Amino acid sequence: MKYSYFPGCSLKGLGRAYEESLLPVMKLLGIDLVELDDWNCCGATAYMSVDEGEACVLAARNLAIAEKTGPQDLLTPCSACYLVLNKAKHNVEDFPQIREGVHRALRAANLSYRGTTAVRHPLDVLYHDVGVEAIRQKVVRPLTGLKVAPYYGCQVVRPYATFDEAWNPMTMDRILAALGAEVVHYPLKTKCCGASLTGTVPEAGLRLSYILLKEAVRRGADVIATICPLCQFNLDAYHDQIVKRWGPARIATVYFTQLMGLAFGLDPRQLGLHRNFVPMKPLAAQPSEIRNPKSETQPNLEKV
Amino acid sequence: MMEIRRTIKYDADRVKGFGKEIMNVAGCDQLPSCIQCGTCSGTCPLSIYMDFSPRQIMALVRADFKNEVLRSNTIWLCASCYGCTVECPRQIRITDIMYALKQRAIHERVYPRHMPIPILAKEFAKMVASKGRITETLLVMQLFLRANWRAVLGSWRLGLGLITTGRFVLKPERIARRAELASMLATVNGNRKTP
Repeated sequence: MKYSYFPGCSLKGLGRAYEESLLPVMKLLGIDLVELDDWNCCGATAYMSVDEGEACVLAARNLAIAEKTGPQDLLTPCSACYLVLNKAKHNVEDFPQIREGVHRALRAANLSYRGTTAVRHPLDVLYHDVGVEAIRQKVVRPLTGLKVAPYYGCQVVRPYATFDEAWNPMTMDRILAALGAEVVHYPLKTKCCGASLTGTVPEAGLRLSYILLKEAVRRGADVIATICPLCQFNLDAYHDQIVKRWGPARIATVYFTQLMGLAFGLDPRQLGLHRNFVPMKPLAAQPSEIRNPKSETQPNLEKV
Repeated sequence: MMEIRRTIKYDADRVKGFGKEIMNVAGCDQLPSCIQCGTCSGTCPLSIYMDFSPRQIMALVRADFKNEVLRSNTIWLCASCYGCTVECPRQIRITDIMYALKQRAIHERVYPRHMPIPILAKEFAKMVASKGRITETLLVMQLFLRANWRAVLGSWRLGLGLITTGRFVLKPERIARRAELASMLATVNGNRKTP
């Protein structure tokens, strides 16, 4: 299986642990990812607030390059990129004024776009193309006993996703269960984390993140699994500020691909787990490891 | 003298034609069918902080109360979670209407001074248009300089944490064919270029 790969800016910056874990996990599952040639920023929500026409042009350049170079399924791990690229696709189809502007801009760069690129999230590809069974077969280090709160955030499941539900998505739940983890019932799984309001209006933004952390702790989770670099950043990097405002809610937030990597037996450092502000506790030693004294000197031993 | 403020709106406060203009923006054409049920406000995780709830914004736009809408904090508190858009029983794309209002407010420069959200949006757009990509840490520093430099001092622990975890990137990300991107954006006669 081969896909074009659109990392987006976050996966090269604050969210680099997402890419660090996604690439080896996909490789282990036999998926070839070809990074999109000279991809540009999707525009995210910010560009859309300034100029919708230009925002669609930005997104369309990526879609057109994917169409030209192939493969036509574009893997897009970041939630904002996933939403914006899909939104541009819909806007070009639905609104003549946007379609005209996009085609005019593409012509200026000798590009064209017919609408054949499919924008797809790793959850979609892993669940529907690879399949839960194939994932289960790769597990060498089951996450037995690890209680995981599955947190999807908003922009992957709303409003353009066709691979899962808007309010009660289950694809990540099932993938985590296939890894052997105990998936905690987490009704806030698609509540907003506060997005960039955590930085711009902390009183409102950070509180949304606090509610997510507190609820995961209350439900007995050991760790929160996320699929979005901004959600991960908010729940992890602002942890200090959140605790200072509203009290303890200590729990690690990691990418679901990092948990997959652990279950596949990959090294925590190779998966970028050392980049967490709130580190994840190491997995409980397995029977085979208890005889090996080395397992007791693993890093990231911080207690919750 | 005691300062008093009128708490209801008069017909003279309306800017006739504003509602129509917003409804003409791509994706905003369903607004007239709003039944004022309030599902949007109930779904919105941020409505408790808003001066007008999303339902009120829908009514105000439709009734041409341009100044009230563009000066509201509502449009800047919308985090684009699309909950309202998915739940609206009349298929009104409320999030897209919020975008149309943000664009309009930036275009007419009526957002509150020192409000970091529109500044972030503008700096973000500027960086993408010139480099093709965003380097998040550089963008945030840019934002602090423009909006609130004191915030830098309050965030030293965050910055330190980003450095120790290797997430602080100072090498600017950029695309190779920047001229190609510029020529594409030049064909759009958009909001960003008007003063």
